[in-house]
Amino acid sequence: MSKQKIALSINGKKVEPEVDTRLLLVHFLREQQNLTGTHIGCDTSHCGVCTVDVDGQSIKSCTTLAVQCNGKSVTTVEGLASGAVLHAVQLSFSQEHGLQCGFCTPGMLMRAYRFLQENPNPTEDEIRMGMSGNLCRCTGYQNIVKAIQRAAEMLRTQATETATV
Amino acid sequence: MITSGFDYHAPGTVAEAIGLLTSLGDEAKILAGGHSLLPMMKLRLAEPAHLIDLANIHELRGIQSQGDVIRIGAMTTENELINSTLIREKLPLLAEAARQIADPQVRNRGTIGGDIAHADPANDQPAIAMALDATLVLQGARGIRRVAAVDFFHGPYMTVMQADELLVCLEISSLPAGTGCAYRKLKRKTGDWATAGAAVVLQRSGDVITKARIGLTNVAPTPLRATAAEQLMVGKTLSPDLMNEVALQVRTICHPQEDLRGDVEYKTAMAGEMTKRAIGLAAARCF
Repeated sequence: MSKQKIALSINGKKVEPEVDTRLLLVHFLREQQNLTGTHIGCDTSHCGVCTVDVDGQSIKSCTTLAVQCNGKSVTTVEGLASGAVLHAVQLSFSQEHGLQCGFCTPGMLMRAYRFLQENPNPTEDEIRMGMSGNLCRCTGYQNIVKAIQRAAEMLRTQATETATV
Repeated sequence: MITSGFDYHAPGTVAEAIGLLTSLGDEAKILAGGHSLLPMMKLRLAEPAHLIDLANIHELRGIQSQGDVIRIGAMTTENELINSTLIREKLPLLAEAARQIADPQVRNRGTIGGDIAHADPANDQPAIAMALDATLVLQGARGIRRVAAVDFFHGPYMTVMQADELLVCLEISSLPAGTGCAYRKLKRKTGDWATAGAAVVLQRSGDVITKARIGLTNVAPTPLRATAAEQLMVGKTLSPDLMNEVALQVRTICHPQEDLRGDVEYKTAMAGEMTKRAIGLAAARCF
């Protein structure tokens, strides 16, 4: 039996597909869910362009089977914004020019999104270490670091404002 | 890249997993974090007909103190080691090694059990396990047995594990007060395997070394314990001359593969250098 029925949620939406056991999560998202924001780069778990968020963890979807996500909650880059409101990392990458060709960007955004929840007040070194699973060939990383620093500030301000309400 | 086809099983208990391993034999491969196995399968270097996913087996998770012994479930991820207060307090060498393995995403999946049982000579935790005198607890159809880490590895991807056996956990004795450890891994970039790696555990009484362990990564078909080099240090005071002697002794047991990380001479020299750095750090950390 090399097909399996699984149940998972993707960007808040519940789906119950029947999938080949060998179907990679990245192919499932791109080809069966039409969520092409998650990219395929090295396909060998090094570059990070395939990074998504599974049950609160940054995961490389090229090295994960769809069946391993049975019962889990997956967030892709398409799920970052709330309607028309961009997430802080999306805003900050735009403001700080943290991208050029944009190919690595979804993976960067998904990792930054989770990293800032793991470490809301990071040093530059901690940002570089925290993002070390994501490669960029265009930018030289400095604007990516600035974008993450700016997003961290925005999120901390939001948190303070919410707390004082 | 796409793997060949397989049947997928996700047992809920160790007993179930052993039952599957017993009936499927060498047609089955165990899926732990999958970040060694799935890349191999995508390259068709491995084509198992069955995958046995250990993700749902709770017995394989968790880090507990049992008296003097720390029990680490085989499915403990590298990030769990890094984030564990118990590990940072009692066995910090494991967290230090984990921080030098792969990257944050891979560390959410890669497990200490998988790293050891897969027995890729380039994996880091095997040398760490040797340096910590770890015991590996195996369970199979015939029951439970314990194997010392130094006795576990036969060759590249080859261990003493039988087809029906699962690595369940590691048992490591707490390091006594006054122990310093360090892991120095030379690598070309973040996420790379070691050009050469050295794990050192030292105990001191004043300035005199009373116990030494040296584990080496990726300089032979298996991880190595440098017992002769260890003996050079015991009963002596550390000095630059002694460290050079130890490094030279370490180099005599290295026989690495030449690859893009370096030729045999370079990798061997770097094993010596990483050993010296790890000794220096470990000695400074003895309290």
